[in-house]
Amino acid sequence: MLETLNINLTAILPEILLTALALCVMALDLIMRRGASRLVLGYLSIIGLLIILPVSCVSVIDGAFYGGMVKADGFSAYFNAIFIIAAIFTILISMDYLKRVNINKGEYYYIVLFATLGMMVMAASNDLVNLYVGLELMALSFYVLVAIRTASSKSVEAALKYFVLGALSSGVLLYGISFTYGVAGTTNFTEIAFQARRVTILDPYLLLAIVFIIVGFSFKIALFPFHLWSPDTYEGAPTPIAALLSVGSKAAAFAAFMRVFLVALPVYQPHWSRIFWGLSAATMLYGSVVAISQKNIVRMLAYSSIAHAGIIMIGFLVTSDMGAAGVMYYLLVYAFMNIGAFTVVTLFIRSSGRGESIRDYRGLAVRHPWLAFVMSIFLVSLAGIPPTGGFTAKFFILSSAINAQYYWLAVIGVVSTAISLFFYAKVIFYMYLSEPDALTEGTAGGAAGGADRDLPIMSSATCNIVLVAAAVGTVLLGIYPTPFIDMAIKAVKPFFLT
Amino acid sequence: MEQIFFYIFAILAVASAIAVVAAKNPVHSAVYLIICFLQVAALFILLRAPFLAAAQVFIYVGAVMVLFLFAVLVLNVGKERLGEQIHHQSVIVIPAVILLLLMMGILVAKGRLTAPMGAFTEKALEKNTEVIGKMLFSKYLFPFEVVSVLLLIALIGAVALVMKEKGSQD
Repeated sequence: MLETLNINLTAILPEILLTALALCVMALDLIMRRGASRLVLGYLSIIGLLIILPVSCVSVIDGAFYGGMVKADGFSAYFNAIFIIAAIFTILISMDYLKRVNINKGEYYYIVLFATLGMMVMAASNDLVNLYVGLELMALSFYVLVAIRTASSKSVEAALKYFVLGALSSGVLLYGISFTYGVAGTTNFTEIAFQARRVTILDPYLLLAIVFIIVGFSFKIALFPFHLWSPDTYEGAPTPIAALLSVGSKAAAFAAFMRVFLVALPVYQPHWSRIFWGLSAATMLYGSVVAISQKNIVRMLAYSSIAHAGIIMIGFLVTSDMGAAGVMYYLLVYAFMNIGAFTVVTLFIRSSGRGESIRDYRGLAVRHPWLAFVMSIFLVSLAGIPPTGGFTAKFFILSSAINAQYYWLAVIGVVSTAISLFFYAKVIFYMYLSEPDALTEGTAGGAAGGADRDLPIMSSATCNIVLVAAAVGTVLLGIYPTPFIDMAIKAVKPFFLT
Repeated sequence: MEQIFFYIFAILAVASAIAVVAAKNPVHSAVYLIICFLQVAALFILLRAPFLAAAQVFIYVGAVMVLFLFAVLVLNVGKERLGEQIHHQSVIVIPAVILLLLMMGILVAKGRLTAPMGAFTEKALEKNTEVIGKMLFSKYLFPFEVVSVLLLIALIGAVALVMKEKGSQD
């Protein structure tokens, strides 16, 4: 056991640096005066993350480290980039958001960093134990972040729902992991794959294990029958955290899915791909149909994110390098476009609760042409219309489905995209073609709503940075996807060699 | 002989776990939970894992349950009636759960564990605690370190959520 320990600090350098950064921010938070503004912690976190981002992209080393627990391959580097980009955006929006909702907690920043650390551990893990620990680190951080507005009963309710269902799903996942251990005698992915090739028939225990592991991670991704927490949690959570939940936690769970099923259990692809087929089809249709009837913009984005998860699932279950690379590319694009959309929503939300309804977006183009313009870019991309990244990503995934002869799934994907066009276009329609609501404008200009109005929507430079970066990213990934998709294909190649 | 003991402990553990959920008084629930934890500790001993058994008794039966009972007493949680919480869902839920358990039972009955036994034979496990210690600091070093961060977050999170915010009052 000891001879293969293979300790290599370079392989986990991004994780070490991120932990150090989070601990530094924490220490600074402790020595700061009590009433002092915690914005400086946000800036420090962003600078640190900007330094870690290139480091995580370069620290790619072959082989498994720490007794086969950790991998530092192109796959984890790609996902690390997604997580860090999402974390930078989230912290940038949060700085404005926290000021707005009057929360001055330094914990917020470093718990976001710790959540990112958990995601990175998940994407880099080559062992079920490690994977579970990373998942718990991420989930625990999110429980705290969702509940951070302790004064708001909505936030606490959201956190409670997320916590109870998350704990349950962790239990189910652990049950699946223990079954896997019982069948394979190991928790290491490479060794499980070796065992699975030796015994090619599907052991009933392993079938149970596969089902439980799928259920456990489906909660985190919010696939259809396990999505119940997500709209409520997104609505109650601080909006930037909802953005990070929908992008980061989803990407991490997909990374885990790909590690478990493409590395450890590829032999049983005919079995598990059938389960994923059903989940994916149901999730796509359910998410896009239910999103139509939503009145609240955050809930609409929550259901749209459920539908997106269903489409991303296609690329994963076809088990080809094209499909898997499509998943990674999609998640990268999704990080830009979804956080971009959530940024506009965050800017729009008022402490009074106005700005959460889709109707409040009427006539936005007249009052705030720039916001309406970027919001349209993000929504167009989410709907999958060229020349945006959303289209390219959907194109890669659906063409991989057709290549692998999953015609029905591709058809369902196209249908759900067509349905989703309706509710994205509705918001754009409201922004550009509808008159602003005269009544709300009137009251907002009045004495009572005066303070509310006076908080200018375009107040913060940090949010503008996010909007510009996200819009540029969304469009750039749409018109010039080649280097990114090549990187993704190179990263998943090792999965399909055996 | 060992199998008989296994079934005794296992059945008691499941029965007391059901009692935890079914009991109306939260203090009774806590006591049933203690019984459940003790049975699981006994199962660990049957599995030749005395260290885990001891940790289970110390941490869960000792520390966690005392805190739990304190919380129940301080918050003065009253009795609740089962009917208040579960309206008509039980009509669907109970058959569904039974069906699920049946399906699992069929699968488990059909299954055979074909995996080779791991490196930890009964002889290797004679120095149980030593083996666990060595494994934690060699093979499982990385997750072990991540767990330390995890515990830190749990600590900070609890404080962050409970502490009153000073900044917002001015």
